[in-house]
Amino acid sequence: MTTKLMGQKVQRVEDQRFLRGQGRYVDDVAVEPPGSPRSVLHAAVLRSPHAHARILDIDVSDVLDVEGVHAVYTYDDLASCTPQMAEPLPLLIPHPALTHGRTQYALAKDEVNYVGEAIAFVVADDRYLAEDAVSRIRVDYEFLTPVVGIDAARAATALVHDDVPGNVGARMEQTVGDAPAAIAKAPHRLELDLTVERSACMPMEGRGTVARWDPDLSRLQLWTSTQSSTGVRAAVAVKMGLDLGQVDVITPDVGGGFGVKINHPWPEELLVPMAARALGRTVKFTEDRREHFISSAHERGQVQHIEVGFDDDGRLLGLDVEFWHDHGAFTPYGLIVPIITSTQLLGPYKPQNYRVVFESLYTNTVIVTPYRGAGRPQGCYAMERTMDAIAKYLGKDRADVRAVNFIQPDEFPYDQGLIFQDGRELEYDSGDYPASLEKIKKLVGWEEFPAFKAEMAAQGRKVGIGLACYVEGTGVGPYEGAHVHIETSGRVKVATGLTTQGQGHATVFAQLVADELGCSFEDVEVVTGDTRRMPYAVGTFASRAAVMSGSAIHLAAKRAKEKVLKIAAEALEADESDLQIVGGVVSVKGSPGTSIDLGTVSVLSNPLRYAFDEKSKAATQFSVGDPGKPPVAEDDEPGLEGKDFYSPERATFASGMHAVIVETDPETAEITILKYAVVHDCGHLINPMIVEGQIHGGVAQGIGGALYERMAYDDSGQLLNASFMDFLMPYVTEIPDGIDIDHLETPSPLNPLGIKGAGEAGVIPSAAVFAAAIEDAEGIPITAMPISPSELFTLRHSREHSA
Amino acid sequence: MKPAPFDYRRPETVAEAVAALAGEPNAKVLAGGQSLVPLLSMRLAAPAMLVDINAIPGLDTIAVESDDRDGGVRVGALARHSAVLASDDVRRVQPLVTMALSHVAHATIRNRGTTVGSLVHADAAAEMPVVLTLLGGSVDVEGPGGRRTIPASELYVGPLESSVGHDEVAVSAYFPGLAPGAGVAFEEIARRHGDYALVGAAALVDGETVRVGYLSVSDVPAVVDLTGVADADLGEAALAQLEPLDDIHATADYRAQLVRVLTGRVVRSARQHAQREGAQ
Repeated sequence: MTTKLMGQKVQRVEDQRFLRGQGRYVDDVAVEPPGSPRSVLHAAVLRSPHAHARILDIDVSDVLDVEGVHAVYTYDDLASCTPQMAEPLPLLIPHPALTHGRTQYALAKDEVNYVGEAIAFVVADDRYLAEDAVSRIRVDYEFLTPVVGIDAARAATALVHDDVPGNVGARMEQTVGDAPAAIAKAPHRLELDLTVERSACMPMEGRGTVARWDPDLSRLQLWTSTQSSTGVRAAVAVKMGLDLGQVDVITPDVGGGFGVKINHPWPEELLVPMAARALGRTVKFTEDRREHFISSAHERGQVQHIEVGFDDDGRLLGLDVEFWHDHGAFTPYGLIVPIITSTQLLGPYKPQNYRVVFESLYTNTVIVTPYRGAGRPQGCYAMERTMDAIAKYLGKDRADVRAVNFIQPDEFPYDQGLIFQDGRELEYDSGDYPASLEKIKKLVGWEEFPAFKAEMAAQGRKVGIGLACYVEGTGVGPYEGAHVHIETSGRVKVATGLTTQGQGHATVFAQLVADELGCSFEDVEVVTGDTRRMPYAVGTFASRAAVMSGSAIHLAAKRAKEKVLKIAAEALEADESDLQIVGGVVSVKGSPGTSIDLGTVSVLSNPLRYAFDEKSKAATQFSVGDPGKPPVAEDDEPGLEGKDFYSPERATFASGMHAVIVETDPETAEITILKYAVVHDCGHLINPMIVEGQIHGGVAQGIGGALYERMAYDDSGQLLNASFMDFLMPYVTEIPDGIDIDHLETPSPLNPLGIKGAGEAGVIPSAAVFAAAIEDAEGIPITAMPISPSELFTLRHSREHSA
Repeated sequence: MKPAPFDYRRPETVAEAVAALAGEPNAKVLAGGQSLVPLLSMRLAAPAMLVDINAIPGLDTIAVESDDRDGGVRVGALARHSAVLASDDVRRVQPLVTMALSHVAHATIRNRGTTVGSLVHADAAAEMPVVLTLLGGSVDVEGPGGRRTIPASELYVGPLESSVGHDEVAVSAYFPGLAPGAGVAFEEIARRHGDYALVGAAALVDGETVRVGYLSVSDVPAVVDLTGVADADLGEAALAQLEPLDDIHATADYRAQLVRVLTGRVVRSARQHAQREGAQ
């Protein structure tokens, strides 16, 4: 027998290609040079330089006679495509609480609401000319008061949208029990006020779209750097007035997503195909970095107020959380981020009585849509800082306070009594939090830390330790599907509709197929995100690809295998139950000479009239078949394929704990990471190397979010650090060399593989764990994240002056 | 992020470069391009012409001028940071140049960027202008009127503004050598490895004389004389002559604290350097 590949550290099949520069991204599509008849036209966008203004006039007259410019579009031109193109962009996820949802137009109509909002779209021979043309468009503005930041949004002395009172897009409340009453009766009470600032995904590849309209076929072909090709397909079809069957969306290699590319359609995803059809030319838009900063999406910004009541052991009796979420100028992605904060805040704990209220607020800034973690980092921050505060108040060990609040292993499935982001109950499927806590304490050296701290203090050095726990609902529905096709060559073509932005899907999905089908791993070829191959799909977000598509692929491979065994049994004149498939060959157990390879089984699966090669002769009408039966049985179909879908009842809940030891410089307030430890439970691991890679990447992104990155808006709504020079994404030099990882495997009962998602976990506890560690080192409450050395210095200074 | 249109010249002599500059008042010299090209791409600068000096032979020299003045090192306009950083002559003659260069950006940028280009770009947040100013070096420029030497003390006139004329090409820079028994040190604090420093400091200790140069605390490279100041008072004495600035990365108060800390550190370590040099 061959070894099962599930659970093995299989090398990524993608890496050779990526490392040799052979990846193929959207910007690599259609690269014919200018001048050639099939050359691609390039688009550039005029973006608002103002955060809030009325557009009085747009004058494009200087642009039209520039040689090499093919078209310039403003809002008034959109209706010439279809009436719906001139309607606002879709509100993707409506929710009853989102009483004042607003989305922008593909090109601004009458008003701009953030710096970066698209106003005009120019198509030219190359991007240089397109940018020259953009700079010649003149817009007259009437300035309106910009609303920047949560405080300004709440004050509501100015409104982002005239028809949204108080700048409140949504107010939502969920309760379990009676938290205010429980807190009032509790022996101990605390209040916390916390803030988290904005950051953003910052994939290496920004947004990008290429479109080609084929007038002979009446068909649109669209390449786009997205996390949901089927979503873009549906949106483009609706907006362009096409049937779904006329639109193909292909997602080639994607240079990172981290959430930002799940929002769709971006204005350019509609404007590019619109221009391509109107001009009869292939049109490309490739976002540059400044555009990514000011016209894609951000996340994280929240202000939180927490009231908690607890007993002498630190056991939660009531938790009452109110928070204000800055969703930027529009709400295309609904309330997903604050809903996740409000529900995932609970982590591995039983609050007994819980009330959470949030207001999702408009500001004149870039929109907010999910960024890796998608609201969980903020929730984890609120809960874990509360745990730390309780421990400090009671003089107890921070780990012990957490432990008394854990859901116990025998309490699963555990219903938290809330509604999660997928509209279903927040019911945890499995987990073992006490075991995780023991592992993380050992891994980071929790018990030994006080001695280390004393030793360092004797040398005049300051160190601190932090711990944070999280639970992550992963693998949300509604579904994913898979198609497995065994070719007559014996190669196995696998298609699933969700997209890939670097996760290694081609590797892990091939592992699953090889295990189930008994073919060799090398013979499996995986295609993702191509609507021609799998038109039904949802997308890659919420740590769902392995759970959803992995399960669907497993089921589809199972179906293909059933068919293989049926045909092989007939060919080998054996019983199906006596057959085995090893290395792509079906043989009779104990009789290895009696065998047939998968390619031949594939030939036999398709009864032929015509032979095309030596191999296919075996399936022609004078070679095989029982003359007394139809060549294809009534309950069968030709071809060796398997197709299936996986649609779980609800999400599966991964969990984990992070701990960090930091050193803070007594003079310069620089913050150095001495040790970072992660215990992670995502059920059964398909490929531990890839899971660890996800954790490493997540931790690195979390370090960025906690210690380096922020969106520095000024009061007028200008983003002051819209470049990698001033937006401090950490380099490899800022990330510790070693991140210690230990796994716990608590399988999910909800899917056939017992797996849970792993994509976002690494980033969730960062703000919480660093705030805790710095607070421990400094003895100063840390209530605002991220924190820079300059800010830590300010905190020290104000403590000295208040002392 | 595509530059606005510009004319492009690639002269093969300094005289041709000067002529090209003289013919277009809105021209810029392109050497390593590590500061200029991003400015062009973001359309923060839109010169009518770029005069690319990379084809001019003989500008990439790094030479010790042992007979000349104070035995320093002359660096040609096309000498890349990486070549200057790797030069044993530079390290021997004026180790402060080597110390500071190791903090200039990242290896890939140093492979292309030029030291003279960085000097005349006149960014007070950059390492090399401060080093040149502290050491009392100079830059040689060639213009329609011939060649002239601009001492560092006259080179920096404002934020990102040098006294090199628009029709002049900087052809070399001269860093004076380290006097026997003198010592130097460089240290900076940056948010990320290779970033512009929040504050950086370079010290030169020569006998009783103590001078310290600072980057990122003012609009032009700042050098203060701390001769005779007690060790405990170095930071405050420096701050008395400086006015650190606020930006999105650090408050003025924090920069002041870094000035205090770094001043003490670089003076200490320059003294140690002097002792080591003296002992050899």
